[in-house]
Amino acid sequence: MSVKKIQTDVQMKRALTRISHEILERNSGAQNIILVGMHSRGVPLASRIRSLIESYEGETVDVGSLDIGLYRDDLSEKPQPTMKPTDISVDINGRIVVIVDDVLYTGRSIRAAMDAINDLGRPSQIQLAVLIDRGHRELPIRADFVGKNVPTSKEEDVEVRINEVDGVDEVIISSTVT
Amino acid sequence: MTIKEIPAKTSLRQNHILDLDEFNKSDIEAIFDNTDSMMEVLTRGIRKVPALRGKTIITLFYEASTRTRVSFEQAGKILSADVINVSSDGSSNKKGESLYNTALTLQAMKADAIVIRHQHSGAGYFLAQQMKSTSIINAGDGMHAHPTQSLLDLYTIRKHLGTIESKKVVIVGDLLYSRVARSNLWGLTTMGADIVLSGPNTLLPQDFLDQRIGDVSHPFKNITIENDLDKALNGADVVMALRLQSERQKAGHLPSLREYSRRFGISSERLKLAHPEAIVMHPGPMNEGVEIEPDVAHGQQSVIESQVTTGVAIRMAILYDLITGTHSKKEL
Repeated sequence: MSVKKIQTDVQMKRALTRISHEILERNSGAQNIILVGMHSRGVPLASRIRSLIESYEGETVDVGSLDIGLYRDDLSEKPQPTMKPTDISVDINGRIVVIVDDVLYTGRSIRAAMDAINDLGRPSQIQLAVLIDRGHRELPIRADFVGKNVPTSKEEDVEVRINEVDGVDEVIISSTVT
Repeated sequence: MTIKEIPAKTSLRQNHILDLDEFNKSDIEAIFDNTDSMMEVLTRGIRKVPALRGKTIITLFYEASTRTRVSFEQAGKILSADVINVSSDGSSNKKGESLYNTALTLQAMKADAIVIRHQHSGAGYFLAQQMKSTSIINAGDGMHAHPTQSLLDLYTIRKHLGTIESKKVVIVGDLLYSRVARSNLWGLTTMGADIVLSGPNTLLPQDFLDQRIGDVSHPFKNITIENDLDKALNGADVVMALRLQSERQKAGHLPSLREYSRRFGISSERLKLAHPEAIVMHPGPMNEGVEIEPDVAHGQQSVIESQVTTGVAIRMAILYDLITGTHSKKEL
């Protein structure tokens, strides 16, 4: 098995800094934004983007967390991990929801996340920020803000490690085919 | 099947929920985690999620029930499953069809789960052994077990007290006939509670306890029995009153209801003996004025209504777990 580091902690920080600025630029400020992190690693990423935006703009930004366990399209096909609570305590009607996740791959999780958000209200827009886009979409979904585009093969595995969860900031790409 | 013949541990856990003796601490905590998510769904304006769309759940009740049946039905519907209710009165049971044949019929109709309540202990186990593709959930079998009630009791304790470990839980009353108490003994023991049983000797299940309390290798070794309720309540964190099951009182275990109420009824006066922040629980339905006084049942320390709300979330978590196979990952 070969393992390659494709993003270091410094590079991750730069990527998140750029994403934060792009979110602000696209939405002309932070007033109407809610950052919604997807469990597990999207949650700390959303919270970091919030801190960055708050430091630039000097105003508070709403965040929430989302578990898509109840909305997956493969519920009968494979065992599911234990869920974590969805916590979006603000009214999302008419707001701009920015979904934050670590890796964008098939797009199926994002489809589920959009369904979950629609059950909570009707945002004026839903946007998507991901740290890594590894391609191989199975649905017509694209990200609005991307940390890094990484061409991969389906045999490879992209693993984002976040300090709050894994004790280190890095992105690893590993392949079972040597 | 008598209670003693029911296997203590079965390999049926994979696909069915029969009793809590098959759950270890991490199994229970995993259900609690999913229940947290289900509680969030219950707070929404539109309480509907698509998780079990296209799945069929059949409730098969051979005994009367309001809260358990409605709670399962509501849980299934919030998860978008199709829920069909069958009660013994309106079913082919009236025409003499056996439980076995009824269950095979329901399986042939591609039911994903059957929730069964039956007057005979072990009925759920019997069905689970016959099923190939349908999950069985025991919603009360005779005097044996009622695992989903126990899970919601455990979750309620954790919600109100923060933890179950080392909390003093006093279970009072008709322990002989109580399937809720029996499942709770397993659940509370697994979660590390300090259990005290209180009630008249005639309503304490001697055959069940003799062999187990005092046997140092048995999980129930630390359970204590205290016939004097006032002593039992001293410092209690949880007071769990059980329903006096009048429909099962043919054997004449009690001289009179009045005497029972005086010695074992939970009154506000008695409750003062417990910890000031103790919670009062009752699995329902209550005989107010017998095992619990109305002012306690509806008082500050009562969490009885919270038990009912929690019951829906617990059953959502269980249905989700069984039908989508969340837990099988742990088993494999």
